Amino acid sequence: MDKSAEQQASTGISSLVDDWSSDKQTFDMPWGKLMMWIFLLSDTFIFSVFLTAYMSVRMTTTADWPPTSEVFALVIAGQHVPLLLIAIMTFILITSSGTMAMAVNYAYQGKPQRAAKLMLLTALLGASFVGMQAFEWSKLIVDEGIRPWGNPFGAEQFGASFFLITGFHGMHVSVGVIYLAVIANRLRKGFYTDKGYHIVEITGLYWHFVDLVWVFIFAFFYLW
Amino acid sequence: MPHTAIADQPDESHHPTKFIWKYIWSQDHKVIAIQYAVTAIFVGLIALVLSGLMRLQLGFPNTFSFIDPSAYIQFVTMHGMIMVIYLLTALFLGGFGNYLIPLMIGARDMVFPFLNMLSYWVYLLSVIVLLASFFVPGGPTGAGWTLYPPQAILQGTPGADWGILLMLLSLAIFIVAFTMGGLNYVTTVLQARAKGMTLMRMPLSIWGIFVATILGLLAFPALLVSAIMMLFDKLIGTSFFMPALVSMGEQLDYSGGSPILFQHLFWFFGHPEVYIVALPAFGMVSDVIATHARKNIFGYRQMVWAIVAIGGLSFIVWAHHMYVSGMNPYFGFFFATTTLIIAVPTAIKVYNWVLTLWKGNIHLTTAMLFAIGFIFTFTHGGLTGLFLGNVVVDLPLSDTYFVVAHFHMVMGVSPIMVLFAAIYHWFPKITGKHLHKGMGNAHFWVTFLGTYAVYLPMHYLGFLGVPRRYYAMGDTDFIPDSAQTLNASITVAALIVGLAQLIFIFNLLHSLRKGKPAGANPWGATTLEWQTEHTPPRHGNWGTHLPEVHRWAYDYSVPNAKDDFIPQNVADQDVVMVAVPETAPLDVSQQAIDLGPGEPS
Repeated sequence: MDKSAEQQASTGISSLVDDWSSDKQTFDMPWGKLMMWIFLLSDTFIFSVFLTAYMSVRMTTTADWPPTSEVFALVIAGQHVPLLLIAIMTFILITSSGTMAMAVNYAYQGKPQRAAKLMLLTALLGASFVGMQAFEWSKLIVDEGIRPWGNPFGAEQFGASFFLITGFHGMHVSVGVIYLAVIANRLRKGFYTDKGYHIVEITGLYWHFVDLVWVFIFAFFYLW
Repeated sequence: MPHTAIADQPDESHHPTKFIWKYIWSQDHKVIAIQYAVTAIFVGLIALVLSGLMRLQLGFPNTFSFIDPSAYIQFVTMHGMIMVIYLLTALFLGGFGNYLIPLMIGARDMVFPFLNMLSYWVYLLSVIVLLASFFVPGGPTGAGWTLYPPQAILQGTPGADWGILLMLLSLAIFIVAFTMGGLNYVTTVLQARAKGMTLMRMPLSIWGIFVATILGLLAFPALLVSAIMMLFDKLIGTSFFMPALVSMGEQLDYSGGSPILFQHLFWFFGHPEVYIVALPAFGMVSDVIATHARKNIFGYRQMVWAIVAIGGLSFIVWAHHMYVSGMNPYFGFFFATTTLIIAVPTAIKVYNWVLTLWKGNIHLTTAMLFAIGFIFTFTHGGLTGLFLGNVVVDLPLSDTYFVVAHFHMVMGVSPIMVLFAAIYHWFPKITGKHLHKGMGNAHFWVTFLGTYAVYLPMHYLGFLGVPRRYYAMGDTDFIPDSAQTLNASITVAALIVGLAQLIFIFNLLHSLRKGKPAGANPWGATTLEWQTEHTPPRHGNWGTHLPEVHRWAYDYSVPNAKDDFIPQNVADQDVVMVAVPETAPLDVSQQAIDLGPGEPS
């Protein structure tokens, strides 16, 4: 067996490692993008711990869990409509992921003005999500008397974990809205003409992440 | 590749000239590293004084009127938290991580210098918030460094009003600072290496710091979340961790929370934290040993994989800190098993250090003394870990001085031995001056022998059943009076060790001004940081050209090479050879290549 054949035979994990480790840059992407990925991985752990803690207190608490389908329902024309508000909010956030993806696409096509407009639209959708969340919070607090330290329906951990986790997520969305607005404004002014448009994709990574987290929060709080 | 452009260009980065931009608001990783190190050593000295006060109380109870039970437990808490987080984590990653990563992998700086600068200033803020708790009404928290609720935030615990708030806030701020630094370290190692510096050619120091940083980025979230939740419990009366309870005859408003949840979250952070401290120590000690034994590290690949394996395993062993929490026995069985599995990669590392020393040309420099001292203390600390990892052995030993002795040997003394080794080893590069060898040796022997005088008897106290965190023993039937004599002797030894650190501090300050000039590469080391144009390296590190790497980090005593080390940036054709006897193989350059197991084929 000659040497090259021998090398080809030595596939498996060790050759994979050699190949992967031999480049100057481990991942073929800009520094900022990799950093965003690693940050999101760390942030994933934050949200995972939040949600795990929520599941844990929900299972160990002594009192009954409030009837979520009623607590979260809107009353429209005298009818309890469960999940209506939250369905709209989720729809808006997922739509914003779509506009974000289009912005990335236009940025890489070299159309920064169009990309900037779509980013602003994304920010607007994000802001309306936060607005609806504020509406939902005020409804829960004012109309139904739910507080972080107690509520009339049952286990007080409901209010505590709901406000803490959706609040933490809402903060992420708000930060994202500001981030999008700043980047879109720079994009509009031609700040990235020489630097390249990776920044749009990096912003997009953050935005999609915030969306994805929402899907889990939605499932664990509203559907469970 | 398009995005390496910044790193490949000749150094065009902006060099600051004014003092304030050069040394205060500096974005240079070397200056930031020194800022981190000085701050960390400063708080570390405070924690050292606290431990001295604790020992005074334990050794000579009823002698010091200013140490009351509350003050004692506050000292315990602050000593532990400062040492683990604000000294060890900050000094290993913020200090040495910052200094060594760009220099050892051949980069000009971290990938995002501004974020790096911010990381230090936020860390400093967290330290200030922490130290502020000494000056608020009620003083710092006395909840123990584990901060277990419900007791941590209830009246009766010292510092339950203000101290605990500042502690939790400070931890949250620290985590923000660490995240900003950590993202930089990981991205720099992955993306900004010099040409030829493959991952499997990186010095083990970098591997240790790299994996430890990843652990930090994944483990600190658990502490952040539990800190936020406990702040909520304290401030606005939620009940995440608080069950319904009666405190001082009063029914409190809490109900239905889970204190055990906090323990799980805390130790999901807390156990990886052990390795956040230990892995950089493992890496750095490997480089010190190889350099001063003039021999390549034994089993480089094994060492790398052991670091990665320990890092991975550290996430599935946390509940071994909670055997006494009443967990399901099957749960305990699982965690005992995973805990004992960690002994395998760890033992591989210890064997490899010893095998590196085997037949090496050992230079007993101060750095090497501390490195060898580390092998002793770490082995001893590790062996008692085998006791505590087993549920049935842990139950009677839990919360005794045996545990105190164990974790001080394994994650107190051992990493600090490596820190000293690292400081003695890298000080000449950082300042251009040697540390004084006589003072260094005195410092080593007092510290090394002193730690044994302190911690060996503690194991015995633990077997007697002496509980930890107690202010005084009082009259207890099962503890003989001789235990008190032992306690007094431990205190004397601890104070001597504490005072010996003054030699070290004096040595640092003295050598900074009057130390012998070191030159660029005083130890004859192979790694890149010793090959810089200037010592100490200037802003941008490498002058006009980035180094190019041709070999792994451990080409010491290569047969037939003229020098007993070949720096990483020397190409095969540039290696100076001695005349080769006719019987030896002629193609020496080929031989040099074969020695490096890190060669991609």
